Amino acid sequence: MGKGSSNMGLAKAKAKSTARAATVFLLPALILIAVFIVYPVIDTFLISGFKWNGISSDRVYIALDNWNTLIHDEMFWKSFTHNLIVMVFSILLQIPIGMLLATFLDAGGKKFNIFKIIWFLPYLMSSVAIAFLFVYALATNGGLISSLATIIQGKRTTIDLLGTAPNALYTIIGVMAWQFTPFYMVYFIAGYGNIDTTIYEAAIIDGATRGQYIRHIAIPLLGPIFKTACTMSLIGSLKYFDMIWNMTQGGPAGTTELMATYMYKLSFQQFNMGYGSTVAAGMFILITAIALVFNRVFKVTEDY
Amino acid sequence: MGEKTFQDDYRASKIKSRIAWTIAIILALIWLILTLTPFFFMIMNSFRKQFDMLQQGVFHLPDPWFFENYVEVVTHGFFGYFLRSVVVVAISLVLMLVISAFAAYPLARMKFRFNALIYAGIVAMMSVPMHVTLIPIFKLTTSVGLYDSLGSLIGPYVAFALPMSVFILTAFMKTIPKEIEESAEIDGCNRYQNFFKMILPLSKSGLSTLAIYNGVSMWNEFAFANTFLITPEKKTLPLALGQFKGEHSLNIPINMAVLTLSVLPMIILFIVFQDKLVKGMMAGAVKG
Repeated sequence: MGKGSSNMGLAKAKAKSTARAATVFLLPALILIAVFIVYPVIDTFLISGFKWNGISSDRVYIALDNWNTLIHDEMFWKSFTHNLIVMVFSILLQIPIGMLLATFLDAGGKKFNIFKIIWFLPYLMSSVAIAFLFVYALATNGGLISSLATIIQGKRTTIDLLGTAPNALYTIIGVMAWQFTPFYMVYFIAGYGNIDTTIYEAAIIDGATRGQYIRHIAIPLLGPIFKTACTMSLIGSLKYFDMIWNMTQGGPAGTTELMATYMYKLSFQQFNMGYGSTVAAGMFILITAIALVFNRVFKVTEDY
Repeated sequence: MGEKTFQDDYRASKIKSRIAWTIAIILALIWLILTLTPFFFMIMNSFRKQFDMLQQGVFHLPDPWFFENYVEVVTHGFFGYFLRSVVVVAISLVLMLVISAFAAYPLARMKFRFNALIYAGIVAMMSVPMHVTLIPIFKLTTSVGLYDSLGSLIGPYVAFALPMSVFILTAFMKTIPKEIEESAEIDGCNRYQNFFKMILPLSKSGLSTLAIYNGVSMWNEFAFANTFLITPEKKTLPLALGQFKGEHSLNIPINMAVLTLSVLPMIILFIVFQDKLVKGMMAGAVKG
């Protein structure tokens, strides 16, 4: 009996020291996340109850007035629609193209390494740099597209991709595909690399060709990775900001305004931080809801 | 006869695969051209004189090759922006790697209450958009006197990189065999020694991939920097682009030289470390 209880005491002491060690190791990360992510999210919701310019000390509590404005704010919902369009096209362009490029590289092996290196380059550029580059490359005067059109037509032709309404948003979607496809390419290369080589060997021994292996074995095995890639693209396009801010600032006439650019304009150009916080909080709610719905729907189709 | 059909099949599949490869290579080349053309535009124009660009046309090689743009950029504060970015990224990256390795260790290898809950909580933070935190962090930064200083960026950079890094490192550390720790424990190592002598060195490849990905995104970070840094002498490299554009808005070649200089370090690092990129991604992609 004495032995039993001392064993229990030992186990308890060990559990206690484990808990202490775990706390020590986790503390720095938890503090930083609390200070810079959790607390700010809560604070954003709190500030949304005030009319406040962000600098002066007089904040007026106006309860849900900001939220009432948000629900009837046409610009906000228009921005949200733009986010949805960007989201749909990002998923439809970046992920399939990334997957095709990865499949090509996986099937070709080492000799196509140069393709991999060059294809990855756009992802190394900052969104700001890409924005500036494409503003010039797509300019009507001396830009790539207009120059090409001039050569083809044989006379001076201008194609205004960023300055006119329906074009601008779709041009930005194209530039985003240019920027982010390489990321999904590497992601899917990693996915292919994770497939056990014995599965490939078994398939080849059973007489499958490389093409059959990829179509019938590798791609189905990539399922879960595919889902993660879609979630990343979805969240990424709903909070997109940097490139649009430096390319069009939401223009022309608000046709490329996104939730994030709208929030930034309100808060840091018009110094309407109370309402800016409301837009940010609304953005948070919408993104979380869409991500949750997406995950739920995908799980259902996965488990059938 | 059976043999003949087999040979026919074989020949047919051979032809089919050759056609498939031809199409694939053509498509691959098209994507290659789409990828490279903007870079070509950027680099070629960075070597032109201001007015040569419109006269010569963009598909013409620079004539003459004009290097003054780079001299102009480098002598007008480019190194300052560059250096400040190096300092911020280096400090943030080291802190972030140490802290995320600390956090991943107990989550991957210790049994304690709330383990799963804390892990889920940290991972859930991955989808919080930075814009939701921008105003409160702006408030915080001004109230502690860090506004318009490089120090204002380090906290947010580390914190926002943590969730993804903890997620990947936890998956990574789970693959290290249990026996390694057990034998170290028999040799008299406690948990802290275990971590520094065994787990941390064995996680090197995971850490180096995280360093590359987060290094690139911190190097390129715009929104926090644009909000917290006001004085040109305090700004980081992504803001240099706008600064130069403001001063030379009509001189496109100078702007192209700035762009080229700002991507160059990333491209060099990438070519040196490119095999690490995929390997580390594999560790992150295991769990999906």
